[in-house]
Amino acid sequence: MPYAIELLNITKRFARTVANDNVTLRVQSGSIHALVGENGAGKTTLMETLYGLYQPDAGKIRIHEKEVSIRTPHDSITLGIGMVHQHFMLVPPLTVLENIVLGAETTSHALLDLRKTTAEISELASRFGLSVPLTEKVENIGVGTQQRVEILKAIYRKADILVLDEPTAVLTPQESVQLFRILSELKEEGKTIVLITHKLNEVMAISDHVSVMRKGKIVGEVETARTTPQDLAQMMVGRPVLLRVEKGEKKPGGPMLVVNDVSYVDRRGIGVLKNLSVEIASGEILGIAGVEGNGQSQLAECIAGLLKPTSGSITIDGIQIVGLTAHEVFARGLAHVPEDRIKRGLVIDMNIKENMILGMHAQQRFSSRLALNRKAITENARLLITKFDVRPMDPEAIARGLSGGNQQKVIIARELSRNAQVIVASQPTRGVDIGGIEFIHRTLVQARDSGKAVLLVSADLNEILSLSDRIAVMYGGRIVKVFPDNKVEESELGLYMTGSKGNAAQEAQGD
Amino acid sequence: MDGKKHWLEHPATQNFLIPILAVILSFAVGAIFILIVGQNPLEVYSILFSQTLGTSYGVGQLLFKTTPLIFAGLSVALCFRAGLFNIGAEGQLQMGAFVTALVGMYTFGVPAFLEVPLLILAGMVGGGVWGFIPGYLKAKTGAHEVINTIMLNFVAAALVSYFVTNVYNVPATVHTPPIAPTGRLSRFDTVFAGFAGSPVNFSILIALLAALFVWYYIDRTRYGYELRVVGLNPKAAEYGGISVSKNIILSMTIGGAIAGLVGTNFVMGYKYYFEEGFSTGTGFMGIAVALLGNNNPFGVILAALLFGMLEYGGLVINTMVPKELVSILQAIVIIFVISSNKIFRRILVNFLKKRTLSIND
Repeated sequence: MPYAIELLNITKRFARTVANDNVTLRVQSGSIHALVGENGAGKTTLMETLYGLYQPDAGKIRIHEKEVSIRTPHDSITLGIGMVHQHFMLVPPLTVLENIVLGAETTSHALLDLRKTTAEISELASRFGLSVPLTEKVENIGVGTQQRVEILKAIYRKADILVLDEPTAVLTPQESVQLFRILSELKEEGKTIVLITHKLNEVMAISDHVSVMRKGKIVGEVETARTTPQDLAQMMVGRPVLLRVEKGEKKPGGPMLVVNDVSYVDRRGIGVLKNLSVEIASGEILGIAGVEGNGQSQLAECIAGLLKPTSGSITIDGIQIVGLTAHEVFARGLAHVPEDRIKRGLVIDMNIKENMILGMHAQQRFSSRLALNRKAITENARLLITKFDVRPMDPEAIARGLSGGNQQKVIIARELSRNAQVIVASQPTRGVDIGGIEFIHRTLVQARDSGKAVLLVSADLNEILSLSDRIAVMYGGRIVKVFPDNKVEESELGLYMTGSKGNAAQEAQGD
Repeated sequence: MDGKKHWLEHPATQNFLIPILAVILSFAVGAIFILIVGQNPLEVYSILFSQTLGTSYGVGQLLFKTTPLIFAGLSVALCFRAGLFNIGAEGQLQMGAFVTALVGMYTFGVPAFLEVPLLILAGMVGGGVWGFIPGYLKAKTGAHEVINTIMLNFVAAALVSYFVTNVYNVPATVHTPPIAPTGRLSRFDTVFAGFAGSPVNFSILIALLAALFVWYYIDRTRYGYELRVVGLNPKAAEYGGISVSKNIILSMTIGGAIAGLVGTNFVMGYKYYFEEGFSTGTGFMGIAVALLGNNNPFGVILAALLFGMLEYGGLVINTMVPKELVSILQAIVIIFVISSNKIFRRILVNFLKKRTLSIND
């Protein structure tokens, strides 16, 4: 089969780091090619080079067996390359239709010819099963739909090569299945697809070939049918990896964190949490599954003292914490890994040691009444860096320069060093690579084994299923179902997550 | 190769080197303007430097001009580290200097060891209140400090103007009666004869102490840590249990208090009274000083020296070139510093990349 894409000996350097080191990648026309690797392995850089966002320092690019020079995204679009970025490039106040035609408008006498365009796009959409509401504003549609808009946008620009960067990171299981159906559909039509991911079950499910990158190099290229997730993980990390979390029987104690009848109405007057009650015992991990935006973030922030519930009570070890400041809640025995590490969890322009005392900086061990105890702060950082294997092992390193996984380790190290009774961990491994995930999971299980109550909020069902002792599903600001163990099918969870199951009964007794 | 960084790669070196490159470049561009007005740039620059740095009188004048710029620059820099853009240093220093003069004219007979601290405190209170107001409004209502500090500059200017023309003035002048003699700061020329004729005085030591204070406060105290967290990421501050509003109010107040110390130079060290129009935009120059000094207290001192030199140098070369040319030069320095950061960094990075390549080959 001919090659649609040939990246030959591509080298790309940023200052002193080599993002791509003499990388050669060939993608067969009409196939789905997965590109896997840990964060910072150079996958996105390689694809953004193909898309014209970067110029390689060395190497050649051939598209459909012809050598090309791609200097800007415009060049690559002309060559029929489309890219769906991890963060969507849509304009929220514009409609779906306007977003799709933006930059490729059909005009007649300088006026937008919307009727003709609408017909064209509807035809494309139905051909590939990409149902999108054309007249709706992008800000009003869900992420899954937004992603379909991005794909449609690329196809409308006559892309026959489609690059998707971590496309399922924001999707529910049902939406992921739908996406894969669309991708198969596109493949049938002869399009070539490159899928950047680090979810190995997806690789196995949909790809024809897979290339593994590590530290800027391609370390393996195989036919998907001839490999296993275990082998791929080992290639990615460079050592054998436990894909399953090893964890013993739970030995739960008494209830430690009790959320009782909590409601929260946000500033726009929308009820985000509705009479929500949940209990977590010491020595157990309660996983909260749910599609993002169903109140999980607000629940975590209410517990952490960052939001004040409109009504209801929250207690840690019997002590009421509603109405306390974040600082006071920490003092009552909470550790909090916030869902957005860049916005909340870290001061990205401060160094590791300063980030490791955030929320503890006023404690006697780190400061006198006035002056910071710099020695203790550095010592603390050295200790945690070693214990949690943070790279680089330099307390002075600025957080911004760390990989996502190491940034997350800094937060987890800090939060566990509080020695709290309750740990609220929101999306603890989002954007973290396999090696890091393994470590973070082990750490959370250890915390649970040492008798802590762990509340795990995650959009990653694998994570929920493998870590939790019990699973609660959140939908529409309520807990719609609690499973007493983690022996439940993903699809079953999915039904509760999307409100197809469990909601009606709850509606009847609620409101 | 790993772990050993090229010295040019350290952010500290770059932060130091880049403003210097920018200043050198802006002098080069300034040379074009000097050529346009028909003068020889080398000659003009050599006079500019020799008359400011080459004589002790020139150095004295330069330091005299530098002192208020240090206060204003520190004020802006401190607020900037807390994420606040203090455009109000001008109003704060007007209020500070005025209150200093006011307290000084009513406290005759107080011994110097009390009077001097009292007047310094008065200046800090005057400026501090003028910083507190926009800080409080920002913290409690979200009203933007840029707008409010600008407005308060007008209020301050009008207020002191009213008082020194109608209430507290020496008849037929726009200045207040003199402060108590015990509140005066000595001029340098009473100690070092070389500075004779120049009004440079011991308030510059207060400025240096203020810089030391700002550095210690921001870098070494837990309040400074909180201030920096608030400035860099208010959401993380909230998460870490740091009160954002408290820190906004606190840093605007401290910033205002530091700006209010400008009166130590003019009122306590030079004229011994407050005079309308004594500050010709010092507070606004403070923004440029803070910017050039990278919001670092020691950087502020260096930047203030440069702008102090340009200010006095402008008077020196006045006979050769129009005085507007010095304003142009100052503006070019600022523009280059703001806009060159990225360009110079890229040049440095490219330079390092080439080096790396040649080492590897």
